[in-house]
Parts: sequence; structure tokens; C-alpha cells
Amino acid sequence: MPAVRETVDQVRSIDVDRYKYGFATDIASDRAPKGLSEDTVRFISAKKGEPDWMLEWRLGAYRRWLTLREPTWARVHYPKIDFQDIYYYAAPKGPAPKSLDEVDPQLLATYEKLGIPLREREILAGVERPRVAVDAVFDSVSVVTTFKDELKKAGVLFMSMSEAIREYPEIVRKYLGTVVPVTDNFYATLNSAVFSDGSFVYVPEGVRCPMELSTYFRINERNTGQFERTLIVAEKGAYVSYLEGCTAPMRDENQLHAAVVEIVALDDAEVKYSTVQNWYPGDKAGKGGVYNFVTKRGDCRGARSKISWTQVETGSAITWKYPSVILRGDDSVGEFFSIAVSNGYQQVDSGTKMTHLGKNTKSRIISKGIAAGHSSNTYRGLVSAHRKATGVRNHTVCDSLLIGPDSAAHTIPYIEARNARAQFEHEATTSKIGDDQLFYARQRGIGEEEAVALIVNGFVRDVIQQLPMEFAVEAQKLIGVSLEGSVG
Amino acid sequence: MSAEPRTLKTEAELALAEQYRGARAILPGSAAVARKRDEAFATFERLGLPHRRVEAWKYTDLRALMRVAVPVADPPNPVAVTAALTDADALAGIDRYRLIVADGHFQESQSDRQALLAEGVEVATLAEFLGFDHPSVLDILATPPGAGEDAIIALNAALATDGVVLIVPPGTIVSKPIEIVHVSTTTGATSSYSRSAVQVGAGASARLVVTRTGPLGIGYQANSVLGLSVGAGGRATVVDIAADGDRSQHLASFSARVAEGATLDHLALRAGAGLSRLQGYFSLEGEGAGLTASGANMLDAKAHGDVLLLIEHAAPATTSRLLYRNVAKDDAVGAFEGRILVRPVAQKTDGRMMVNTLLLSDSAEFAAKPELEIYADDVQCGHGATTGQIDETAVFYLQSRGVPRKEAEALLLKAFLAEPLAGVGDPALAAAVEPLVDAWLAGAPE
Repeated sequence: MPAVRETVDQVRSIDVDRYKYGFATDIASDRAPKGLSEDTVRFISAKKGEPDWMLEWRLGAYRRWLTLREPTWARVHYPKIDFQDIYYYAAPKGPAPKSLDEVDPQLLATYEKLGIPLREREILAGVERPRVAVDAVFDSVSVVTTFKDELKKAGVLFMSMSEAIREYPEIVRKYLGTVVPVTDNFYATLNSAVFSDGSFVYVPEGVRCPMELSTYFRINERNTGQFERTLIVAEKGAYVSYLEGCTAPMRDENQLHAAVVEIVALDDAEVKYSTVQNWYPGDKAGKGGVYNFVTKRGDCRGARSKISWTQVETGSAITWKYPSVILRGDDSVGEFFSIAVSNGYQQVDSGTKMTHLGKNTKSRIISKGIAAGHSSNTYRGLVSAHRKATGVRNHTVCDSLLIGPDSAAHTIPYIEARNARAQFEHEATTSKIGDDQLFYARQRGIGEEEAVALIVNGFVRDVIQQLPMEFAVEAQKLIGVSLEGSVG
Repeated sequence: MSAEPRTLKTEAELALAEQYRGARAILPGSAAVARKRDEAFATFERLGLPHRRVEAWKYTDLRALMRVAVPVADPPNPVAVTAALTDADALAGIDRYRLIVADGHFQESQSDRQALLAEGVEVATLAEFLGFDHPSVLDILATPPGAGEDAIIALNAALATDGVVLIVPPGTIVSKPIEIVHVSTTTGATSSYSRSAVQVGAGASARLVVTRTGPLGIGYQANSVLGLSVGAGGRATVVDIAADGDRSQHLASFSARVAEGATLDHLALRAGAGLSRLQGYFSLEGEGAGLTASGANMLDAKAHGDVLLLIEHAAPATTSRLLYRNVAKDDAVGAFEGRILVRPVAQKTDGRMMVNTLLLSDSAEFAAKPELEIYADDVQCGHGATTGQIDETAVFYLQSRGVPRKEAEALLLKAFLAEPLAGVGDPALAAAVEPLVDAWLAGAPE
């Protein structure tokens, strides 16, 4: 049980509020004027050298956003956000680097510190590690994307969103905003107006992406919001696995992160999207931390397509996200595997939506929530079958584990069957770590902390198994770290 | 996207305001009660009829479903009451005390008030009770805390005409079940508002049957509220049966407080009504309190049936078991919203909630929302929800043993609906209500 051992070691070595990735990089940056107005939107669009249609698209979203109200239905509490007190664009100063050699060494050092491989050579040198192509997004811009050329040989387009808008406008135009419409919700509309960067992935017909793709998001600047936008398109029969990681420095103020991720899967395509979300969660007293208000949605547009979301949520002061799948194509499959760990004063309101529109569509949901300290952890989900969606099946399991008397866990599932040939099963449990389980482990000579880690690891095993190998190890460590101070 | 509080009133809301203004002077109760009614109506006016943006009414949009508010019923004709009672006595075989509330008015001559008094149970009508000069009188018009602000309960407080108030003194074991009968007798579409309260004292024991019936083909509307409390170590059984007419709209609210070491078995059966809503708020307030809540919701034709239950664990070592079974056929639409709420003090809570639904026709719909809301860590809570069709393998099993398909399905359906009946601690009562399920199964073939 090396993984367990590692978790325990990690737990021992790190205090609850000593967030490992909480350092800030001192780097000159270029920012948009503070606040949000049409000018801000124009500024961002001009900075990125966008075509007119993109600017119009953004402005349309901005005008729409002005008419919207902030949603309040989630079970999270926070002071009102002043949208005029945020920088909507921040980028390292200077012209865009043409190659890695031109990238500010400070930046490279940052990524090194975060353990993100940006040099292809180095990556190749590590024989035992599978190769992963990385798009590194620093505040509002993509710093570097690795393995682009090699991927291009296979026909896979992997680049920053800004680049894609310039180089492949026809593809972007065809798909952008078709899964999460501009007017979808308050934060998605805001994102549509001011999104800065993010990743673009296009896998052509019949291509199996030769390596894992990943994007690493880092918020560095003070008082900035990060509004990334990611679009993944898998043509007929294509396959891609995509990983996303995120961290931020420790700061006393709250920072807003409002991303939109759109996935389109055509006939027989499969997209696997994994997230390890580790934004700064705030300190022991609940001060600071990232507000993570994200809209993620996949559209199984083609028959027999499959979209699978796997997420490990350990960071952020507040998490508010529901990676969803619209099962439009007949026989398509949606999956959602989630581990949400909350400690301190973190608040999590997360879950998924599986909207069954096509015949014989299937979905599976496994959600594991672990609430410790004073945190609150809510699973909120919707499974619905359209009137014509016959032969639909869903199986949902959501379990919550409570550690400590001040933690809270909630389960709010909506299950809506609009035709008789839908078969839905939902089960949920909430409990604490069983005294009998602890006793069993302890009487076999396992120390208390180790025993708790063992039980927690067992609790989240179903989900960890869904993660790509490297992420699985990191996720396991993260869970251990997040729970530090609450176990034993 | 905007959730503006609206100022426009629907036709039904305007009619209700008119009715309240008309009835205000003649509604029973003291001056303090009248003030309380005004407050309640002001709450209703502010909230309006519940609609789908009100989370508790998400699946029952009354603004759309309740287009008209029919006039409040006059006190009924005793002959009509007697006729209606003989027609609709589902529990004829059972020896019990009966208290009759017809069209929202207590019927002294047909009720067994004297016999109950002789058993030591205090009985008052709501109209009498509201006239008493005692602070607890106003409590009866309060909304149970778990319901938050509910327009329908507030409307009932404003317009309640009658009902019964029962007090079972501590240690009293009531020998026979007490049935509170609600019946609509009118031949025209009218509405009625009844409110009752039952207090089972410490160590006392009572079995309560609440029935509701009314004529077919008439668009009558009924709004009923029942509040129950069970004292320490007490025991109560409630069987709540609504077999309303096909065009009726029945909104029922129920609340129960269960004290230390007390137990409550609650069974609800729903069939017939065009629109039915049952909202129940259970609060386990004393250590070791126990609850069994079970129900069968049978929906056919164009019926709309919605059950919302809140189970609040507010004391340590409390236990709840919930089992609801729903069957929807034809064009029926159903919903179940259940919530187990565990307060921080309620360590060692053991809560289980299960809701199963069978959809028997392509156009039937059902929505379920089983929630857990937990603020204590040393608990065991779980819920399950399923929606589907009759299990083909079970049908096949029976067919392979020579049972024809139709019969096999009927058997499985019966078994499915009969299981919650076992949740009632009193086997005789459970057996007595079983024919109601049979009647629905027989009377509403696919």
C-alpha cells in the first residue's frame, strides 16, 4: 500500500493551511484597466488580435450579461462580488514568445516548481513516463504549448484558444457557444464577454490522439479574475483524453475563476476529460481563496459517442460547478466520476447533469464527497429523460463521508423521467468513518491516521481508478493533504 | 432569468382575495384569531399561488394548475352528508370512532364525540377552539417551521372554517382507531378549508385515520391542514387516505412533532384526485424518537400527484424509515420530494429513505428529488430512488410457472404497492386499507 503510505506522509509533513502551490511569481505584467465595460471587452479582443466577428460575439455577450442577475440558488455563501474591482486581463509583459527560449525564465521556474514539464526534451528523457502534451495558461494567456508539431502530424490541433481563433476561425466559429450558449447562465455569459485564453483541441475523423493532452492553469496576478475558455471537438470515431490542472498563489482576497468548457463528440467519438482542481482554498480561518464558478458541458452530438468527466476537487474557497453531458446521439454514453474534498471553510456545490435526449442512451454517476473541518459539501445533480428518449438507463451513486462535527454534507438529486422506458437508479449514503472499520484496522496494528487514510482511500477508489495513472497518484496525495488536520 | 416578485395576480388569486374579504366577518374565532387570519392572508397575498420557481413547488405549478378558485362551500345538508358517508365508507368493516367534517364543517349528529369523551379524550371542534381565550389557540393557526413560508398553509390559516381538536391525555390508551372524515358533498364546484390538531400525551397511544372523499366529475377544491404532536414515550399511528373525485384538487399539509422516546407510524394513500399534493413535515424532537413514513401514490388518467416530505432529526439517536411507492399510468404526472435533515445535535441519527416508481404507460411522467442535508458527523443516512417499468425477469419467472402475463403483472403491481402498508404498526389497519389498493388496481386497468 505505497499510495496509502504516501498519503499519510504527506498529511504528516504539511499543515492544513500550508498550501503547497501558494507562492506568487514576481513578474512584470500587462493588465487591462480595472473593471468591466465595453472598453474592457474591446481591449481584450484587440490584445488578442481577434477578427471582428469575435469582438461582436463578445460584445453581444457583454450586453446580455448586463441584463442578468447573479444566481443565488447554490448552497454557498459569500460576500457580493464587485465585478468592477477585478482586472479582466493580465498577461506577462512583452511580445508573445516564439519559442520556449524566449519565455521569461521566471515563468519557466514557476512551472518547474509546480512540476509541470514544459520542455519536450526533458519530457522525452523520462522514459518511464508517458508523454503528455501541455498547454500552460498563465493568468490570461497561454505561455506555451508543447508537442504541437508532433500532434499536428497526427492531424490533432492543440493550441491556445487565441491562436485557434486566428488560425482556424472556421472551426472555432462552427462550434464555439454551441454547447454552452452565450446566454446559458450569468457566469457563462460573463466568460463569453471577457474570456482570455484556454485550450482548443480538434481531433479529426478516425484519429486516436497519440498522447494525453493537458492544460495547466495558473492564476498569478493579484485582483485578477481568470476566465478561460476551452473547446474540444472530436470528429467521427476520434478519441482524446484531456487533463486539466489548476493552482493559484495564496492571497488574502478572493479571486474569481469563471471558466467555460465545451466538448463536442460526433458519431462514435470518445472524449475523456479529467480535472484535478487545486486552486488556493483559503487559509485555516477561511480567508482568501478562489471562487471557482465554472460551466462545463459536453454534447454527445453523434450516435454511439461517449463523454466522460472525472474530477478531483480539493481546492477553491467555493466550488460551483456541474460538468454535464447532453446525450443527444442515440446509444451515446455519459459518465461523471467525482471526488470532492472540502476542509477548513471551503464550500463545494458540485454535481452533474445528464440530459437524455437520444434513444438507448446511458449514463453513470459516481460522486464521493468528503467534508471535514467547517466545510460544506453538496452534491447537486439532475438526471432527466426526454419523452422520446426510450431505453434510457442511469445509475447514480453518491456517497458522503463526514469527518468532524462541524462539517456538513448534502445530496440534492433531481430525477425526472418523462417516459416509461427510462430506468433510473439512484442511491446515496452519508456517514462518518465507521468506528468498527477503524477498530478493525487498529487491532491489526495500523495507526489511527494511517487507518483513516486507508479507509478514505478505499472510499474514493471507484473514482481514482478512472483517472489517468499519473493523475491518480497526485489525486491521492492531494486528498491526503486536504484532509490534514481533520483526521486522527 | 429574472425572478422578480410579480405584482400581477391570476384570476384564481383575485377570486381568493375576494372570498377572504367576503368571509372575514363570519369566520370563527376571537379578535386575536381574526388578526392572525389577516396576517396569514397578507402572507398569501405577498407570495401568491406557488409556482415552479418556488423550489418546494417545483413540480406542481399551482399558478398553471389552479386556474380558478371556486367559491367556499356553505354548511352542508345533513341528508347529503349521510348519503355521502354511506357511499364512501372505505373502512366500513372496522370498529372505530368517527368525527365528521363535511364541506369544512363539523357534523355533531354524525360524530362519536360523546363516546370519545367517555374514553377520556378531549374533543373540540376547531370553531369552538378558536373561540377559547387561551394563548395556545393561536398556535393552531401557525405554519410548521419546516414548511418555511408556504402560501397554501397560510391560505388555510386565513380561511379555515372548522375541523377537530383532539387531546389524548398522558397515559391514555385509546381503545379504537379515531377516524377524522373529510367529505365533500356538494353537487357544484366549491372549496373547503379544514384544520385539525391532535395531541397525543406522554405515554399515551392513539391510532388515527384521516380520510378524504368526494364526488366524481365535480371540480371541488379542498385545502386541509393537520398538526400532530406525540409526547414523550407516546405512540401514534396515522393512516391518511385520500380517495378524491377525478376532477378535484386536494392540497393537504401535515406536520408532526415526536418527543423523546415516542414513535409515529405514518401511512399515506393517494388515489383518484385530479390534482393532489401532500406535504408533510416531521420533526423528531426528542432523543430516541422514531418515525416510519410510508405511502402509496396511485396515479392514473390525467392525474397530477405530488408528495413532499421533510424529516427533521433534531435530537440525538433518532431513527426514521421512509418507503414510498408510486405508480403512474395513462397521462398521469407524479413527483416525490423527500428530504432528511440532520441538525448538528442529532448525532447517532439513523435515517433511510426509499422511493420507487413504476411507469406503466409511455406518456406517464415522474420526477423524484430525494435529498439529504446533514450537519452532524456521527450519522448513518441513506436514500435510494428508482424509476422504471415492471421487472421483465420477474414477469418471466411467473410466466414460466404458468401464471398468465396479465395476472403476473397484476401480482407484481400489487406486491409493489402493498409493501408500504406493512410500515403501519397495526396489522388490522394495514389489512383494512389493502382493499383500497385492490380497488385502484381493478378500477383503473391499463
